[in-house]
Amino acid sequence: MTVELPPGLALQKVDERIMTLNVGPQHPGSGHMRIIVQIDGDYIVACDPDPGYVHRGEEKMAEYRNYITNIPHLERPVIHDSCNALYPYVLGVEDLLGIEVTERAKYVRVICSELNRCIYTMYWLAIYGIFLGHSTMFMWPAGDRELLIDLMEKISGARVTHSHFVPGGVRNDLPPNFEEVCLRQVNYFEKRIKEYAAVFYDNPILISRTQDTGVLSREDAIRLGTTGSVLRASGVDYDLRQKEPYDVYEELDVHTNVMKEGDSYARSKVPWLDMMESCNIIRQALQKMPKSGSVRVKLKPNPKGKGLDSVYKRVESGRGSLGCYIVSDGKVEPYRLKLSVGSFRNLIALPYLLKGEKLGNMPSVYWSLNYWPVEADR
Amino acid sequence: MSVIAPNFKLSGFIKAIINDAVWFLLIFSLIGFPLVMMVLFVIPMPVIDGELLTPFLAFTYLADPSRTLPIVQAFMTTDMFKIMAFPGFGFAALLAAGTIFLERKLLAKLQLRVGPFYCGKVEGILQLLGDGLKLISKEIIIPAKADKPIFWAAPVLFVASAAAFVALIPVAPGWVVADVDMGLLAVFAVIGFFPIVTILSAWSANSKFPFIGGIRALFQMVSFEIPLILSLLGVVMVTGTLNLSEIAASQSSFPWILFLPVGAIVFFITMLAELERIPFDLPEAESEIVAGWLTELSGMMYGLVQLGTYLKLYAFAALFVVLFLGGWNGPMVVPPFPMEIATEGIEIGPITAKIAGLPLFDQEMLNGIFWFVLKTVAVIIFILLPRGVFPRVRVDILLNLGWTKLIGLAFVNIFIALALVYAGVLGPGGLQ
Repeated sequence: MTVELPPGLALQKVDERIMTLNVGPQHPGSGHMRIIVQIDGDYIVACDPDPGYVHRGEEKMAEYRNYITNIPHLERPVIHDSCNALYPYVLGVEDLLGIEVTERAKYVRVICSELNRCIYTMYWLAIYGIFLGHSTMFMWPAGDRELLIDLMEKISGARVTHSHFVPGGVRNDLPPNFEEVCLRQVNYFEKRIKEYAAVFYDNPILISRTQDTGVLSREDAIRLGTTGSVLRASGVDYDLRQKEPYDVYEELDVHTNVMKEGDSYARSKVPWLDMMESCNIIRQALQKMPKSGSVRVKLKPNPKGKGLDSVYKRVESGRGSLGCYIVSDGKVEPYRLKLSVGSFRNLIALPYLLKGEKLGNMPSVYWSLNYWPVEADR
Repeated sequence: MSVIAPNFKLSGFIKAIINDAVWFLLIFSLIGFPLVMMVLFVIPMPVIDGELLTPFLAFTYLADPSRTLPIVQAFMTTDMFKIMAFPGFGFAALLAAGTIFLERKLLAKLQLRVGPFYCGKVEGILQLLGDGLKLISKEIIIPAKADKPIFWAAPVLFVASAAAFVALIPVAPGWVVADVDMGLLAVFAVIGFFPIVTILSAWSANSKFPFIGGIRALFQMVSFEIPLILSLLGVVMVTGTLNLSEIAASQSSFPWILFLPVGAIVFFITMLAELERIPFDLPEAESEIVAGWLTELSGMMYGLVQLGTYLKLYAFAALFVVLFLGGWNGPMVVPPFPMEIATEGIEIGPITAKIAGLPLFDQEMLNGIFWFVLKTVAVIIFILLPRGVFPRVRVDILLNLGWTKLIGLAFVNIFIALALVYAGVLGPGGLQ
């Protein structure tokens, strides 16, 4: 009788030249996961990502809470992008309950969602910088993020886990005088992130390290099911804000940033360009937003679905398409809730990209996939 | 009862002072007294007022400043002082500590941070002391399957190699620990030790990440040693000597960097690689191989390696100064010593004291040290700056740089030096 050991623990008969490295879960370059890497000299022969170290059972937990109390814990998988993480759930519940949200609430949601996308991307960029050994690129985004975090704190009262989106709109109205402050901070933020080009994106050492490494072709990107910036960096013009506009995105002018190279440089550059696009969207939304009006439709204390019903909604989060499938059986809590996250779909590409690469390229290729370990595990 | 110290009692305060005084006297008499005696036995004794000092007599003189100074002066000429204090280990360690503080604050300013702030009240100036205390008090953990004797020895060997490197650096005219005629060759020999120590430490740890880090360090150091040696040949050609003191003295009118800029650039880049500093810190790339060959080192073993690294940084910067920037040479800025104090005596209140043995340091030496330290700190800042600007390079790009571009440039430098010598512009000892 043979016992099935988990990968990495099983003794494998391999060539003597090949060394197995366990990168993670306690490794400065892994995050909350493990990558089992087999190297021959400096070349990676095989790579096996092993997520699941931060699995928290969010989907199961959602079956025991009603539609309102699900809000705070469903944003936990990715706290830096908490508005986007809640967005599909809130849209789905509104669909189930048949609520129509006011115009102003939709604009506030778009502003919050774009601010959160920038906050998340800055955090991601900071880690990308330190993965490449660029400590200035770790400190600058981590500091400039504070501008937008302050804005989100003004809106919702919390720095990271906002719990601001609720079925029926948003929790609170914007604070007075918000438009001017937001415009000023966002303009300064955009000016700051443009400066990153000089120190990071145009840096010859960075370009020599990341260009033509981990190339994901257009066909492979589609075949492997990657989403978001990874897909757009491989030359596929696909952004849910443009293709399946939700809330008021169809009234706004959304451009997508597409690069054809598909290497790890392109994958790191597309989110940075997306941040500038987010700043544009915020400015447009501030201009078009109705200046007054309600932002929240009052619901009954324990809203219920209308019998057996299901809904699937998806939005463009910081890591690509983020979908939420809710099945309702007419009770106060969902019968089943399923999250389809961009992180996990992007991680699937990792073994294909790392095969044959040098060990020195592992951090840059791994983190360029725009992968957030906690979100992938849910 | 005061608000500041509610539990203050005068008797307790006096008791604490007496307690401290007893401890101070005890430590001084048990450690300090024998130490001073031992030093006095070692140093050659001067003749003062027609009588040869004995250690016991000298010890009684220590209470009188006019008789102490000749003894201090005699002590300063000994090898022990040179090795331990001034041009050797103590001076270098002090500069290395300053470098660490400078690096932290400079990098913090570059990255819009504050840097060390609380420890030591003033700009976190005692942070290094705190870090050192922490490292000393930590437990040293050795991997179960490590080759223990070698693993223990490697950090000590690393510091020893770095200290040997420091010993070869001339700081001021005549102030060098080991004035070797083959000074530059000795430098190459000492630099050759570092990869050996590194691979010993990495291999004896018997762990995967240190092993990869050690191999990377070996690759990097060996492949950059060749351009390093070649880039310094130009200086040897135009000066005609391998003695570092003579090389420094030959630049009294102009530094060699004016004639051999290519060699200086090549030497600077190879220096960054030998020091494992960003952008060439591959052996310690934390996102790939944790901390490289330092991964398994803990407590003061890690502290020793860090000390060795910064000593090495100082030594390389000083070597750059000696070879290309003119060493101690510079305009005289130190004012002359008022000799009346030594000859006519100084009035201290009612008495006129005549202090023999002054001045302790001559003017040229102080001026040399001033310029040397100034130039060295400038070079150190240039070594630190890339850390805030560049990411890490990759192994293949690094080796490509070392084996093709830098060696080519080093040969260009050699041809420039040859042309200068054969055209008769420069010869041994400066302009012809």
